[in-house]
Amino acid sequence: MEKSRAKRSAERFFAFKRSYLSFPYALFLVLFVILPILIIVLYAFTETVYAADGTESLTFSWAALVSFFTSPTKLNVLVVSLFLGILNTLICLVIGYPLAYLLADKKVNKNVVLVMLFVMPMWINFVLRTGATRDVLNWLGIRGGDHPYVSTMIGLVYNYLPFTILPLYTTMIKLDKSQIEAARDLGANPFQTFIHSILPQSVPGIVSAAEMVFMPTMSSYVISDTLSEGKLTLFGNIIYLNFSQSQWNEGSFMALVMLVLIAISMVATRKFRGDGERKVGAW
Amino acid sequence: MVSAKPVSNETKIKRQSLLRKVFGQCYIWIFLILMYVPILVLIASSFTDTDVIGQWGDFNLNLYGRLFQDEEIGIALANTIVLALVSGLVSTLLGTLGAIGTFYSKKHWRTFCETTTQIPVVNAEIVIALSLTVLFVFAGNYLFQGTNIFSFWTLLVGHVILSVPFVYLSVKPKLQQMDPALYEAALDLGCTQRQALLKATLPEILPGIASGFLLAITLSLDDFIVTAFTRGAGLFSGEKTIETLSTLVQAKIKKGPIPPTMRPLTTFIFLFVLAIVLGVTIYRNVQSRKAKHRRGR
Repeated sequence: MEKSRAKRSAERFFAFKRSYLSFPYALFLVLFVILPILIIVLYAFTETVYAADGTESLTFSWAALVSFFTSPTKLNVLVVSLFLGILNTLICLVIGYPLAYLLADKKVNKNVVLVMLFVMPMWINFVLRTGATRDVLNWLGIRGGDHPYVSTMIGLVYNYLPFTILPLYTTMIKLDKSQIEAARDLGANPFQTFIHSILPQSVPGIVSAAEMVFMPTMSSYVISDTLSEGKLTLFGNIIYLNFSQSQWNEGSFMALVMLVLIAISMVATRKFRGDGERKVGAW
Repeated sequence: MVSAKPVSNETKIKRQSLLRKVFGQCYIWIFLILMYVPILVLIASSFTDTDVIGQWGDFNLNLYGRLFQDEEIGIALANTIVLALVSGLVSTLLGTLGAIGTFYSKKHWRTFCETTTQIPVVNAEIVIALSLTVLFVFAGNYLFQGTNIFSFWTLLVGHVILSVPFVYLSVKPKLQQMDPALYEAALDLGCTQRQALLKATLPEILPGIASGFLLAITLSLDDFIVTAFTRGAGLFSGEKTIETLSTLVQAKIKKGPIPPTMRPLTTFIFLFVLAIVLGVTIYRNVQSRKAKHRRGR
């Protein structure tokens, strides 16, 4: 009697449940997402100490934090990255918003292939495209060595424009046409219609477009490195540099700064975000 | 006394909308052409074998011949494709199982999985790459007696981490749209749980799995930073460090202009992507027309 009950409960415990399918996934994420971040935090607040017998050990230290906040170079890189991130986001939105609107406007464009063509460069290797952009700019006389900001900006806009068009387009085709018509019929001029009807409706698209441009710009490595011929250092480049010179503690601290910035931007935009219309929309 | 012809309101509106259409089309096409300038210039100069873009020699196909003999590019291309396929398959399997499992889990576990899934999605690629590198060095030092564990496997983990959340996120909405009674019905009709999953759930979420797989492949093909950090020796590179297309091109353009043999390669990539994009668009159009037709009947 006792035995069979124990057996039954064991059977129930080992019986297949659909939720068990998530275990390998969760294990993978814990091992390769959460654990690495914890190690980064560990390195950010420690220092490697070499003992007399040659062994090395980690001890708690604020050194990386102090070195970040007292280094004018690193702070300068942060400011420049923030500036370029905002500028790139704005330019992409200013170009991409009307593009998405026109592409979604049935009176102007009925061709879905055109939309796909705008997104298509995303599927051509981006390092190759970045190299091509630089070579073409060189040919036109805009050399990265002489005009690092101009050429980097061109490269950034060129690379991130498809990422802005896609979320904007998906919100634009869902615009409530009757509300816009109603605004017009009630005597709103085109400008008023835009401010009071079209713009508020497209806020989720704008926010997710901005999200897809701002942070990746700050942390971009290849684009700024290639197009400015190494003259312009963004946050991504400086993290890369620190790690390649095996300054792990400094590098980890800056990675942590990046993580905090990402967390802040996520919290700030959470209010506006629609449910998960992100990179996934591409296919 | 010339009296102006009265313009009717209707023609005015017509003229306005025509003007709008012309302006709109111009705006679209200007940017579309600008977007393709670098790629098209590269493709155009693949038909002449000068060293630098912008110098034009005679028209010839020499570069195409040189591309097929270029071993370096061949190896990089083979590495890239194998890596994309393997990491795509692994992340599709892992992500699909994860999405199904999480969807039918209790609330706390689900919140945990969902939140953790979001981390690699929003995280900067360089932070993902670095944190993985640090982990692998750590693991090599403490678990594998100080050996260097960087290899194809660490690279694979890097690529799977990049793409697995996107598989999860493309399968999840399909599960939400699915009729929950379907699985129960299959069980009532005598299916075992595994059969019910395979025969009732799987077909319903298959479109999500397919788009997740495609997304995983495109993310892997395009990646540079995670590859550069997590790779070791292996695959077709043998004893040498694995080169993918991204890392090879980056190494070349760091030193100078894009090597001439990469121009014909761009032509092939462009044509390949174009064919897929057109194919997918046409397929979707046909599908939606079919659906409309069916609904009409």
